[in-house]
Amino acid sequence: MRYLAARSAREAAEALSAETGVTRILAGGTDVLVQLKSGIVEPDLIVDIKRIPGIAEIVPEAGGFRIGAAVPNAVLGEHAGVVALWPGVVEGANLIGSTQVQGRCTMAGNLCNGSPAGDAVPGLVAANAIARLEGPTGTRECPVAEIPAGPGRTTLKKGEVITSILLPARPERAGDAYLRFIPRTEMDIAVASAAVSLELGTDGTVAAARVVLGAVAPTVVVVESAGAALIGSRLDDAVLARLAAACEAACNPIDDKRGTVAFRTRTAGVLARRAALIAYARAGGSK
Amino acid sequence: MSLDEYTRREFKQVGTRVRRPDGVDKVTGRALYGADATAPGMLVGRILRSPHPHARIVAIDTSAAGALKGVKAVITGADLPVQEDNFIRDVQDNCMARDKALYDGHAVAAVAAVDAATAKAALKLIKVTYEILPHVTDVDIAVKPGAPVVLAGRTLENVPAGMSENVTSHCEFGHGDPEAGFARADHIVERSFRTAATHQGYIEPHAALASVTSDGKAELWCCTQGQFFVRTLCAAIMEMEASQLRVTASEIGGGFGGKTTVFIEPVALALSRKAGRPVKIVMTRDEVFRATGPTVHTSMDIRIGMTKDGTITAADAHLRYSGGAFPCGTVDMGAQAAFAAYDLEHVRTYGWNVLTNRPKEAAYRAPGAPQAIYAVESVIDELCQHFGLDPIEVRLKNAARKGTKSSYGPTFSDIGLVATLEAAKQHPHYCAPLAPGQGRGISCGFWFNFGGNTCVSLNVNTDGTVGITEGNPDIGGSRASISLMAAEELGIPYDRVRTIVADTSALGYNDVTDGSRVTFAVGLATIKAARDAVKKMCARAAKIWGIDEEAVEWKDGAAVPAGPNAGKFPPMALAEIAAVSFETGGPIAGHHEVNVDGAGVSFGVHIVDVEVDRETGATKVLRYTVFQDAGKAVHPSYVEGQMQGGAVQGIGWALNEEYIYGADGRLQNPGFLDYRVPVASDLPAIDTVILEIPNPGHPYGVRGVGETGIVPPLAALSNAVSRSAGIRLAELPMSPPRVLAALDG
Repeated sequence: MRYLAARSAREAAEALSAETGVTRILAGGTDVLVQLKSGIVEPDLIVDIKRIPGIAEIVPEAGGFRIGAAVPNAVLGEHAGVVALWPGVVEGANLIGSTQVQGRCTMAGNLCNGSPAGDAVPGLVAANAIARLEGPTGTRECPVAEIPAGPGRTTLKKGEVITSILLPARPERAGDAYLRFIPRTEMDIAVASAAVSLELGTDGTVAAARVVLGAVAPTVVVVESAGAALIGSRLDDAVLARLAAACEAACNPIDDKRGTVAFRTRTAGVLARRAALIAYARAGGSK
Repeated sequence: MSLDEYTRREFKQVGTRVRRPDGVDKVTGRALYGADATAPGMLVGRILRSPHPHARIVAIDTSAAGALKGVKAVITGADLPVQEDNFIRDVQDNCMARDKALYDGHAVAAVAAVDAATAKAALKLIKVTYEILPHVTDVDIAVKPGAPVVLAGRTLENVPAGMSENVTSHCEFGHGDPEAGFARADHIVERSFRTAATHQGYIEPHAALASVTSDGKAELWCCTQGQFFVRTLCAAIMEMEASQLRVTASEIGGGFGGKTTVFIEPVALALSRKAGRPVKIVMTRDEVFRATGPTVHTSMDIRIGMTKDGTITAADAHLRYSGGAFPCGTVDMGAQAAFAAYDLEHVRTYGWNVLTNRPKEAAYRAPGAPQAIYAVESVIDELCQHFGLDPIEVRLKNAARKGTKSSYGPTFSDIGLVATLEAAKQHPHYCAPLAPGQGRGISCGFWFNFGGNTCVSLNVNTDGTVGITEGNPDIGGSRASISLMAAEELGIPYDRVRTIVADTSALGYNDVTDGSRVTFAVGLATIKAARDAVKKMCARAAKIWGIDEEAVEWKDGAAVPAGPNAGKFPPMALAEIAAVSFETGGPIAGHHEVNVDGAGVSFGVHIVDVEVDRETGATKVLRYTVFQDAGKAVHPSYVEGQMQGGAVQGIGWALNEEYIYGADGRLQNPGFLDYRVPVASDLPAIDTVILEIPNPGHPYGVRGVGETGIVPPLAALSNAVSRSAGIRLAELPMSPPRVLAALDG
């Protein structure tokens, strides 16, 4: 096993691209080290991206924020600007692991790990976040929503590295929220999760909505019909029931030690409903 | 006679919250745990484990592994002796399979190599040819005729015909005529329950370092609750004499009963003997879950009859426990404990032990009792709900008292159940208002407690300090408690006394740290060793003073003349006598060796408030109070810690912890991610109320406190969930999917 601490995104992309064996990208390492320890993978090359200049920084951009791929989630959680603009994204990212893990883990890593239960991903997708990738043929931009491909898989091409994620600007009256269900209160993996991002019109009704579910399908699921159900409403009970029903209908979960199909489906609707209410309140909505 | 040990006295030091002797080392990382042991030339031992729940081992080819550079020894079951004794054979076969792999994770071979990478590579080179056999991991399936047979020929004669060969033993306890009692009941509730296997969840994985020399001597350092028992088992497996094997117990990062036997120790010894070098084995967490000793999993039928005023007229229980692939007697303890809290005219319990393709169970805090008492206390609560009666009043009405003939035979002496129930009834928690949707549950709990073989030496140093050598690893504050009792008895300050845990060459045999025995039994032996030293010190003073030994007595840490006729001499303190001991006959030491009887039984009552989220099935624990009889709380902080720890482990057992087996017979959750012990944020502060009803069998009235605390939480939580959610679950854990499914009907 060889280890390379890349000094530029280009060096990282070229090294990964040239390697014929198994590779892993190391940012916080909170998934990679677990995989190494449990023997799931024995990489030939590990490329550490943390030392690439600027990759651990949060930079304002066009009214939003560009989050470097190596920004630890604990740092993200202490950034007042990001927390104010996208509180739901940050609360998802800050649920991963323990306090110690938070000091290392990153949103980009959570995204690239490919788990349908990743806590950072639904919020990013609901936020229409855009990832910037460095690859063998140069730099490209890709919506975060298009990166997950299935459990443990992404659409990233060989040699591609995410270098940052852009959380876009948003209007004044907007809010987002993320909730997950776990059988205990921390240090666990989502059995089902939901992120909701809302924008309100001048009359206080929902003008735009994006509802995203986690852990209920091979990838996160954008539930267009659930978002549509909220448009023009103040989230009255009938609307919330339609939202929950739409979410349940979009679920395609597995039955495993963490939860049954029926349980995951039921709780996905409940979480979406609760998250919508939190997002609505954050956007300044009142019922 | 063991029941007249207690004398009422005013304590000067016992009952105070003195400094922990092991605290600084533990918080600074200096304490030496099992994996911290090292030796020159040490090899790394690793174990190959069966991926199959049940398979015949047709052949094991270790030639490629043995030929790998850096590999110094490879062993299989064939390297260990054929054992005549069933008990020893089961322990040995559990450490290393002989003919059959009996569960997912069962050890089949082991290597010792120069480093971990080489050992890991060697394991991959071992070729095991398995003939896969049908398996059974569920007690209710295993009990049926026609089920796959885990071990043949192990059924005892008292098992009725017509059951599966997996049923290895049967027991029955009780008295009276239950059917006559049920005929007098106004209402009878009969329910079936199931509880999942749980693991003790100690944070420190098992670790052992073995060094066998070419002349047949051996040293073993390991993390254990009983170095003497480890010696007994390992000496039998290694065919060594006890004197040639010295076992030293490390500091211990949790045991709770799970470290009362051996898993890797004989393997490390056998590898060391073959390699001619020291070998260390440290289990991974995955190995701890798959191949150490979780609890039994159970299936139980309970029937209780009650009159409308809350009098229990009769009760019976049928318990089916499975402790995995080897016979065990845990169901006997469950059958004895089930109705121990009640004064019953007509009671009967029946138990069956059933084999399944799971790891061999080990003790876990009050082994066998939490399950049976969960089922019994759930039915009692349902009867209270049926009649609209107060659950504490009903328990008081039927409570066992001094003179009650217990459901398992003995007649109780002084016991603390009624006092504990009264304390719970009067506590502010019991009458605190509940918000809508919240529920309050209570449960009684019981454990026998144990005394056992104990040997203590107490050495008086010439500077006036005292060293105590005892033979039980300190898993719950016993060094502090032992020092406190010695200080009390000698009349010297606590910080003048230091207690150390000795290796097997330093003392006579000490039973394992189990049965909540150490503060009770080792404490008793320490007090008597102190009295032995006091007698010798009085004799030295008599010699100095030139008076009869009988004319000297011990008072406030000093020898004094006994009465005016003995002569007029100033008190001679322990330090003064010790300072001149070389001139008065030599070093001074006290000893005591005893097989202690008279461990007082212990009762507890728990109250818990919960709120069930009706949309997700999640249970939030809001408030929790533990009431328990400690006899005499020698160090109250440690006693409270035991009560809180038991409650927390019970909360985990009730709500989330379980061994989950797939249809393939493999354990699905061998790690702390999916084997969910409670984390701190899951829990409220656990309040404690210590009752002190002196145990007549101990000089200071001490009862064991370590185990009772895990017994009541299971039913207390289930009863609280029932009252919060309006549903009654009959299976543990009450995980959110199970609760939500019950709410949805």
